[in-house]
Amino acid sequence: MNSNQPLVKVQGVGMSFATGNGLFVALDGVDLDIHKGQFVTLIGHSGCGKSTLLNLIAGLSLPTSGICLCNGREIPGPGPERAVVFQNHSLLPWMTCFENVYLAVERVFAGSESRAKLKERTREALEMVHMGHACDKYPGEISGGMKQRVGIARAFAMEPQILLMDEPFGALDALTRASLQDELMGVMDKTGATVVMVTHDVDEAVLLSDRVVMLTNGPAATIGEILEVQLARPRDRLQLAHDAAYAEYRAAIMEFLYSKQLRKAA
Amino acid sequence: MSTMTLSMDKAGAALSAPAGVGGEGSPRSVAAGRNPAGRDEEHPPVAPLRLGPRARAALLTVIASLTGLAGLVAIWWAVAHQVDNFPGPITTWQAAMALFAEPFYDNGPNDKGIGWNLLYSLQRVGLGFGLAALIGIPAGFAIGRFEFMRGATDPVISLLRPVSPLAWLPIGLLVFRDADLAAIWVIFICSIWPMIINTAAGVRAVPQDYMNVARVLALSEWKVITKILFPAVLPHILTGVRLAVGTAWLVIVAAEMLTGGIGIGFWVWDEWNNLSVEHILIAIIVIGIVGLLLEVSLLWIARRFSHGQSA
Repeated sequence: MNSNQPLVKVQGVGMSFATGNGLFVALDGVDLDIHKGQFVTLIGHSGCGKSTLLNLIAGLSLPTSGICLCNGREIPGPGPERAVVFQNHSLLPWMTCFENVYLAVERVFAGSESRAKLKERTREALEMVHMGHACDKYPGEISGGMKQRVGIARAFAMEPQILLMDEPFGALDALTRASLQDELMGVMDKTGATVVMVTHDVDEAVLLSDRVVMLTNGPAATIGEILEVQLARPRDRLQLAHDAAYAEYRAAIMEFLYSKQLRKAA
Repeated sequence: MSTMTLSMDKAGAALSAPAGVGGEGSPRSVAAGRNPAGRDEEHPPVAPLRLGPRARAALLTVIASLTGLAGLVAIWWAVAHQVDNFPGPITTWQAAMALFAEPFYDNGPNDKGIGWNLLYSLQRVGLGFGLAALIGIPAGFAIGRFEFMRGATDPVISLLRPVSPLAWLPIGLLVFRDADLAAIWVIFICSIWPMIINTAAGVRAVPQDYMNVARVLALSEWKVITKILFPAVLPHILTGVRLAVGTAWLVIVAAEMLTGGIGIGFWVWDEWNNLSVEHILIAIIVIGIVGLLLEVSLLWIARRFSHGQSA
């Protein structure tokens, strides 16, 4: 495979939904390349179709026009090589944390590995997000932040080619969110994973991303600007708070969201 | 300070205020400068009637239940007073003592103890209901999962569900040529609808998030059913089972009155022919208690498998 070829290629993609009042065009003419090892965030006002775009890459829905490619092949539907971390964690409440992760591990590796190895993978994934102690707990017995950790462990345990995260920290309080962001960065540094993440948090976007993809307001949303974030890794939120470049990136996104797009929306 | 606390305690005891109410945060206990819980431990004999809000509510429930039951017995007593040959509570109690002294006697096919009759009825309910579960639950899954199945079965179910199950009894007698099988057939018919309908509704109500997990993992249909659909739908299935068993227990009495043989329904009819009304009253109470026990045990099972989902 050509190393310059993007892992995921979104070409001229449009997405419309049939509603009671006729056709609603959510996305129109979206072009986006995502390269291996990159952390890309999709940011925009709510309802602008960021989650729709993520679902298209996941294969959970198919575009009404244009094409989504992964490794040069059309994405026919969802699959474990494109793992998804859902906003509301989506752990199965009748399984323990271990069983939830094991279900994913078993699906991906059961053909080639022994049971003991599968269990080891599951434990490693949970320990990576510091949830090794909660293996035997049910989702109903742990906090929201912990559930999301297990959700992330489940996605990483599948060793996906790309990790898709739909506002994974949206439902968490600010402190929990910060510690999970730090943990995610740690995991990223270790695994070199490719990530696409939907967010509406400007700081989160700058802190985590290599590229911030800014979407215009819907209907018929499309990519407005793309910001390349060239801050050295590993990144530290405390140091970045006083970093001039960080402030500039932040200002650029704010400018897009609150000056350019808000006016258009009004 | 200490005298003040003491007088405060006495006032609290006299009012028998629950510890949680007059306790934390109220200016009284702040002025006293003591932990209200500690206060309770120090003077338990002073306030023997003091109850927590929970115990109070529980006590109130018990008192309310007893009042209701006493009211029922009072009405019974009054009716018995007015109607000739209507046994009152005391006569019935004495008859019950005699009846339950030997619940499992056996004097031939038409004269067995009430225990045997109950067991025969429960067996019919178990068989009819079990067969209905065997067919109804998988059918409910199919109807919930496949739109076509739903479209195909909707008119049939809508048409047949409102029919009294007893209307099916002649068909059962015709096909099976056996009264016992016909009774089981009636139970089967009346318990299959709630199980089909609740299972199908449960399958349709499985959160899209769980199905998305299944799609992203690309799980096989077998894994989707065993690991996601079945556990997610189980609380709904159990609701269907509970409704089905309740209906079956209602219907068996009527069915057995028509089919005869051994069973609590036939027993009621037989006692009517013997004009032993107190036995009929006993049967009514016993049928009620058995139905209640079935309901309570199924609710308990449902709670165990609900995993914090609403069932």
